[in-house]
Amino acid sequence: MLGKKNDCVWIYAALLAGSFLFFMPFWWMLISSLKTNEQIFTVPPDWFPRPIHWQNYLDAVTFIPFVRYLWNTLIISLGNTVGNVLSASLVAYSFSRIPWRGRDVCFYLMLGTMLLPPQVTMIPVFVIFRTMRLIDTFAPLIIPSFLGTPFFIFLLRQLFRGIPEALSEAARIDGCSEWQIYARIIMPLSITGLVTVVVFSFLWSWVDYLNPLIYLQTPEKFTLSLGLQQFQSSHALEWGMLMAAGTLMVLPVVLLFFVAQKAFIRGIITGGLKE
Amino acid sequence: MTRQERLHLKNGLLFAAPWIVGFCVFTFAPILASFYYSLCSYNVVREPIWIGLENYRTLLFEDPHFLKTLYNTLYMMVFGVPLSLALAFCLAALLNTDVSFLSFFRTVFYLPSVVPVVAVSILWVWILNPEYGCINALLASLGVHGPGWLTDPRWSKPALILTNLWGVGNIMIIFLAGLQQVPRSLYEAAVVDGANRLQRLWNITLPCVSPVIFFNLIMGVIASFQYFTQVYIMTTGISPEYGGRAGGPEGSTLVYALYLYQNAFQHFKMGYASAMAWILFLLSVAVIYVILKTSGWVHYAEEQ
Repeated sequence: MLGKKNDCVWIYAALLAGSFLFFMPFWWMLISSLKTNEQIFTVPPDWFPRPIHWQNYLDAVTFIPFVRYLWNTLIISLGNTVGNVLSASLVAYSFSRIPWRGRDVCFYLMLGTMLLPPQVTMIPVFVIFRTMRLIDTFAPLIIPSFLGTPFFIFLLRQLFRGIPEALSEAARIDGCSEWQIYARIIMPLSITGLVTVVVFSFLWSWVDYLNPLIYLQTPEKFTLSLGLQQFQSSHALEWGMLMAAGTLMVLPVVLLFFVAQKAFIRGIITGGLKE
Repeated sequence: MTRQERLHLKNGLLFAAPWIVGFCVFTFAPILASFYYSLCSYNVVREPIWIGLENYRTLLFEDPHFLKTLYNTLYMMVFGVPLSLALAFCLAALLNTDVSFLSFFRTVFYLPSVVPVVAVSILWVWILNPEYGCINALLASLGVHGPGWLTDPRWSKPALILTNLWGVGNIMIIFLAGLQQVPRSLYEAAVVDGANRLQRLWNITLPCVSPVIFFNLIMGVIASFQYFTQVYIMTTGISPEYGGRAGGPEGSTLVYALYLYQNAFQHFKMGYASAMAWILFLLSVAVIYVILKTSGWVHYAEEQ
């Protein structure tokens, strides 16, 4: 907002104070994960772990079936990513590059469904999967992504619309089928948008809690989110180990953020993100 | 219809097929089913039994928890949403001042919002621990005796709001994008006219970003109606040290979506929960309608 030079000090002071407050929870998680139980339960707390105690990490991956949960989460996240990239790009292609009758009605219908609280459909969808005997499998957590997530369809549609129509027309004249135009022209031109879809569908299924909670029952099938919460419910006082497990769970997401920062920012700006 | 049009229709439907199938199977049919269930007594195992409006009657006139959960949800909305919007706006405004290390600060403020919600919840239970947590330790060093947070019915909802505030990074990024689009020439002209900082904020910045504020407000309201995971993990009887009661101390954090989940998947009162879902839907439509009707303050820029 065009500040004067002498405002700068205040702006930096506010930013530094804010950064301190926003970073503190991370620091607290990290130092708690490196403390013994005696160090954790001291008043006032020590802001540095001394000596550094790595045992919690070892306990976290052995005591909690961490690797098992990690593997389950990876399978589900990858399934969702593949499903969303495929379905969202196909549907977005139809909604933006093929002029068919009824298309806009469908598109607005889809936008409308984004406002519907998931609680309304949650129970019947559960009943459907139960009838298909798919409770306690990964199927209910993966199948919906192959049928299109409105947010991703919307995001890719916006992007596809920006590609000049002349490209499609020229290709059609040359005898390309829609499938060829989609696969050879539109997709390669939309890599940045596809990366955003990959990043967010991976992230959302990585952090999802409600769906695994509803659909998974046997502990061997738990995801990291569900497994960690279940562990906490039975070992609420093992803060060191819980914080170590938490750190291990946060780390991949933080790395993903640093690798794909641009894709993150683009995704958030294109549309408000849900939790 | 020409040959070309028929071909487009065929291809269009073919490419949109995933969504069409998904819409029919996972949205449209469930909406009808959910409405039907809401008029039934249904426990999944046996066939639904038609009971008419009984579920709605019980909810509205007999269930003592219903009003409590509405109150808790509205509390979270009325205090939580404006607070997060205000904080996100302030952070974005600070970042929009040509500061050095912009990407560093932006990362610090944004990062918490990518942390998995389970990790956030468990971490904040520990941060808010009345005896050994770091917030009360910081307060103690300022000479303030911190409250019991999640263990105290008066402080449990503020504690949840505080946790949510840590994740305002998403909203901040949207605000920042909005702020960056405000034409610089407007500020320069205002400076020439002798407008001070506050006047510039009130007369230029806020009107220009009002559509963004509006968008975030709607999104925040929708999210707070559906607020579930954090409150489920942080206060739902999973931490023995909190007495293992669902919905926090004295039910002070039993929010709407949590009570709905308990009815559906813990008590298997699917019909009752469906009725709750429909009331939730109507309520959110009503609130969004009111916000839309009172959106005279939103200023849309002329077509460029």
